[in-house]
Amino acid sequence: MKGYGIWVGKNIIRMLLLLLGVSIAAFVLVSVSPMDPLQANVGQVALGSMSHEQIARLEEYWGVGRSPFERYFSWAGDFVRGDMGVSLLYRQEVAHVIGVKLVNSLWLMVTAWVLSGLGGFALGIVAGWNRGRWPDKLIKGYSLLIASTPAFWLALVLLMVFAVWLGWLPVGLSVPIGVEASGVTLLDRVRHAILPALTLSITGVSNIALHTREKMIEVMESDYMLFARARGESVWSMLKNHVLRNISLPALTLQFASISEIFGGSVLVEQIFSYPGLGQAAVTAGLGSDVPLLLGITVISAAIVFGGNLTANLLYGIIDPRIRKGATKQ
Amino acid sequence: MTAGEVKKREEMEPEELLRIAHLSVAFEQYQGGMEKRDLQVIRDLSVNIRRGEITAVVGASGSGKSLLAHAVLGILPYNASQGGSIYYRGQELNRERAARLRGREIVLVPQSIGFLDPLMKIGPQIRKGKKDKASRERVDQILKSYSLKPEVGELYPFELSGGMNRRVLVSTALMEAPGLVIADEPTPGLEMKLARRVMEHFRELAEQGAGVLLITHDLELAIETADWIVVFYAGTTLEEARAQDFREEELLRHPYSRALWRAMPQNGFTAIPGTQPYAAHMPQGCPFGPRCDQCTEECLQPVPWREIRGGRVRCVHAKE
Repeated sequence: MKGYGIWVGKNIIRMLLLLLGVSIAAFVLVSVSPMDPLQANVGQVALGSMSHEQIARLEEYWGVGRSPFERYFSWAGDFVRGDMGVSLLYRQEVAHVIGVKLVNSLWLMVTAWVLSGLGGFALGIVAGWNRGRWPDKLIKGYSLLIASTPAFWLALVLLMVFAVWLGWLPVGLSVPIGVEASGVTLLDRVRHAILPALTLSITGVSNIALHTREKMIEVMESDYMLFARARGESVWSMLKNHVLRNISLPALTLQFASISEIFGGSVLVEQIFSYPGLGQAAVTAGLGSDVPLLLGITVISAAIVFGGNLTANLLYGIIDPRIRKGATKQ
Repeated sequence: MTAGEVKKREEMEPEELLRIAHLSVAFEQYQGGMEKRDLQVIRDLSVNIRRGEITAVVGASGSGKSLLAHAVLGILPYNASQGGSIYYRGQELNRERAARLRGREIVLVPQSIGFLDPLMKIGPQIRKGKKDKASRERVDQILKSYSLKPEVGELYPFELSGGMNRRVLVSTALMEAPGLVIADEPTPGLEMKLARRVMEHFRELAEQGAGVLLITHDLELAIETADWIVVFYAGTTLEEARAQDFREEELLRHPYSRALWRAMPQNGFTAIPGTQPYAAHMPQGCPFGPRCDQCTEECLQPVPWREIRGGRVRCVHAKE
């Protein structure tokens, strides 16, 4: 177990280094962008009516003349202590804004993640098992079609069909308009989340289905499946003992790696459905020069994506005996 | 006949277990994307397997030997078509019957540990995932009979040592008492001493009453350990002979068998020129014709499979 502990430790250190890298890269990009902290925070008009001393004091406050290193370390130092700064647009602690938006987004993302994962896995297995026959052609065709469809376009189509023409579901937002927060029911929230979650699930399925199908074909052509058939194992026994065992490992990695895609997709989808989630906040922060919020969201979403990959790595080690025992032996 | 005489007769004439006659296997292939054609991999294969004996089918790589195993087990891929006939214990062995018998009556011993599921422990793998007490006990018993500790059942295939590999592979065949054991290249790359030890396992199975079909490219090993040798060339059986016939060149019936004999280190180590023809470019008549020094006009016609001196041969020049 000691070997496994070291291996886990290494993975965690690697993740922290990657986060450091992402934060530096994001910081550098923001630094070289033409965003002026005074203009962004005070506004062009107010800035024009200020005296030189006032401007100098503000520049001193925002650290305009200081070196990027100094600024980075001061921001990172606060960030590590949990102080992500104050959002310019929301006038609230960045941590608080992210917290609220994240909870909204998680609704969508977790639903889409689970649905696309399970759906894609099942479709991939069916396609791979029936390779070359009609179920395979159908699933492959569907997946390729969906994979080449932009998520925002699909979102628009669903919006038109279910919200505009049929009127079954709301057009946007996460709660009804003109209702007090206390009056919002769970059903309201679910109804508002259905379309964005559905869009994310449908697009997520194709990728996982195609990858699982590839893996499935590999398993079907493997020597151990041939031997299983030669030993007269039943279809159910082969599925249970060999297929699921060997295919769930790559599927698991894929599932946790797909977090990044769901995250990316949610930015567009939330924008279209005016859904107040993390993705929409990121767009707003970017367009509105809200640097603290933008950096905060960048680091937090990177942490979530890396967290997903780390989880996949750790689970792999637990489930795959070749890695688990290999790591312990050394 | 008295009971004793019957028993004696059975010992003298081992019962025929598997009769494969004129088996052919072809694959559907697409040429240039559109044009469909059949690639005839096994053209005419006839083998008889008797209870209590080891019959070795010897052929070079690419002669279609493994497909023979797959055809008997009924697990040819979907784009393959099969001709000829296979009889097991006197009854036709069609796909349905093969599906019922494989893994129980007819078992395959694979050539390497790669045929085991890498993520499944040895024990559950030997008992095909069954969890009942009787199956568990049977596994322990099988492992014990190959002097493997019960703990081996808890190992994954990658944890086995080289010496355990072979015994584990053979033990997968023994969950039920098999009538026919098919061993597909069970000794790949093994040195002679180790290969002989592996073959002892199959001899034991034969002594317990099973028929053993050994598929191999190793003629030397086959001569030493098998009872019958079937020479397989370019998808066709050229000769079926007792293993002792291979001790002397003159006892062999087919020029190719004699060429194989002369290619053995102790018999001169001389190779004949040329290579085995590819399935798509088969010569007329005898497949060995283009490389044979006795080839005549007659050899360009289809050559019959006939019995000579207690064996069988596919050569017009073979004499009593």
